[in-house]
Amino acid sequence: MKNLLILGAGTAGTMMANKMRKTLSREEWNITIVDQFKTHYYQPGFLFIPFGIYTRKDVVKPKNDFFPIGVNVIYSKIEKIEPEKNHVLLEDGVVLSYDYLLIATGTRTAPEETPGLKDKLWHKEIFDFYTIEGAEALANFFKTWQGGELVLDIAELPYKCPVAPLEFVFFADAFFTERGIRDKVKITYVTPLSGAFTKPRATKMLGELLKTKNINIIPDFSIAEVKNDEKKIVDFSGREVKFDCLISIPTNLGSEMIERSGMGDDMNFVPTDKNTLQSRDYKNIFVIGDAANLPTSKAGSVAHFASEILEENMLCAFEGRPYTASFDGHANCYIETGYGKGTLIDFNYDTEPLPGSFPFPGVGPFGLLKVTRTNHYGKLLFRWIYWHILLKGKEMPIDSEMQMAGKKL
Amino acid sequence: MTIKTIASVNVEVTEEGYLKDASAWNKEIAIDIAKEEGIELTDKHFEVIEFIRKKVAAGEGLTIRGIGKSGVVDAKTFYQLFPGAPLKKATKIAGGSKPVSCM
Repeated sequence: MKNLLILGAGTAGTMMANKMRKTLSREEWNITIVDQFKTHYYQPGFLFIPFGIYTRKDVVKPKNDFFPIGVNVIYSKIEKIEPEKNHVLLEDGVVLSYDYLLIATGTRTAPEETPGLKDKLWHKEIFDFYTIEGAEALANFFKTWQGGELVLDIAELPYKCPVAPLEFVFFADAFFTERGIRDKVKITYVTPLSGAFTKPRATKMLGELLKTKNINIIPDFSIAEVKNDEKKIVDFSGREVKFDCLISIPTNLGSEMIERSGMGDDMNFVPTDKNTLQSRDYKNIFVIGDAANLPTSKAGSVAHFASEILEENMLCAFEGRPYTASFDGHANCYIETGYGKGTLIDFNYDTEPLPGSFPFPGVGPFGLLKVTRTNHYGKLLFRWIYWHILLKGKEMPIDSEMQMAGKKL
Repeated sequence: MTIKTIASVNVEVTEEGYLKDASAWNKEIAIDIAKEEGIELTDKHFEVIEFIRKKVAAGEGLTIRGIGKSGVVDAKTFYQLFPGAPLKKATKIAGGSKPVSCM
């Protein structure tokens, strides 16, 4: 028997466990998946919690519901990988050997990286919404908040779900308008980027959207510290922004286990071949999802598209054939813009988000870089797709490779 | 393709003024590019530039975090040396290609 060991049972790891169990013979392959937590969070849903649209019950299910029969599941912290010995040490001293290892340990927010961020105002007037605790604390705060300076700050790149901070301020604009206190809430979007997004067309479109919604943007701001007593954020050049309520997108780092294993870059992401998804340093290790250092978005859609490529390439590796699939960095993100509408971007390593229609050229039903009601329904529908189709590794009617058809240059 | 005369040599640059070929770089070119960015280079600047050139030569990505933890310079001083957009400016002066921000 050969052993395929998967570390991490989030979106990427769970999808791969399902796919590989279906593909690999049970007589020849054991599949084991390890995760320290028993709860699966629908992370795209966290964004909706502060505004009272979703609550905890909408985003939480037991991980056990999503593993196929025939996969060994171990709930344990991982001490470290010893790649030279082809084994993994768990917290309680258990040693797991593998023939092939798949790292899917994701990324975590690390507010402790910014001095003063996780301090006395943390979850009182300073919040994150990338954790269930932060999103719920913020929902409570917003219930009685009477307005003031609402500042959203992105600490540094990369961070997961790159459009979520934009969606947050769009939602905030609609939320406070509907509550009748928008004139008392000044919304400011503070980013280390030079604009609303990285690539020209999406930056222009989203930048204009911020403007029409009366949301200020402060670009090129790399946060150095938070002054709790003065309620200010300060950047490395000494610029200051005052806040009454600070929404922070903290630094994102890969798992500490990666650091303990000496396998990460300076942010604990694992160096990975961006096309084959094989680890740069070890032939029998693959990496998927946020844990990899790929130059594309850290997002569930990316992990999903990558999973189809990885399934094919892992089979090539197992059978000693050259790789036949190549990942293009495809990402696809629905962006809520408030008032029951949304927009959509679709891009990869080489092609920036372009206007057009998706997935069917000229037909849609979704509009790329356009604000439509259908895009919003796409996002809402996605939660069902996530739990019932995506996590279980079933076929989706969308190509893993980005398509140019339907896009306008 | 754009050819630009920097420090009396013709070098190939991108639209944004980054050298196409890092090996065409020398100290005089660095001083000239820095002048265009409004920076007078000191020994400390050159220490940082040296570090960046090593990373570029090794094909490794650069981040402000990585430079801040390099032991050569901390993040705050890095911003003081190359005000505004330190990573972009320092990389340009060091003859590297434009840093990509991915998200």
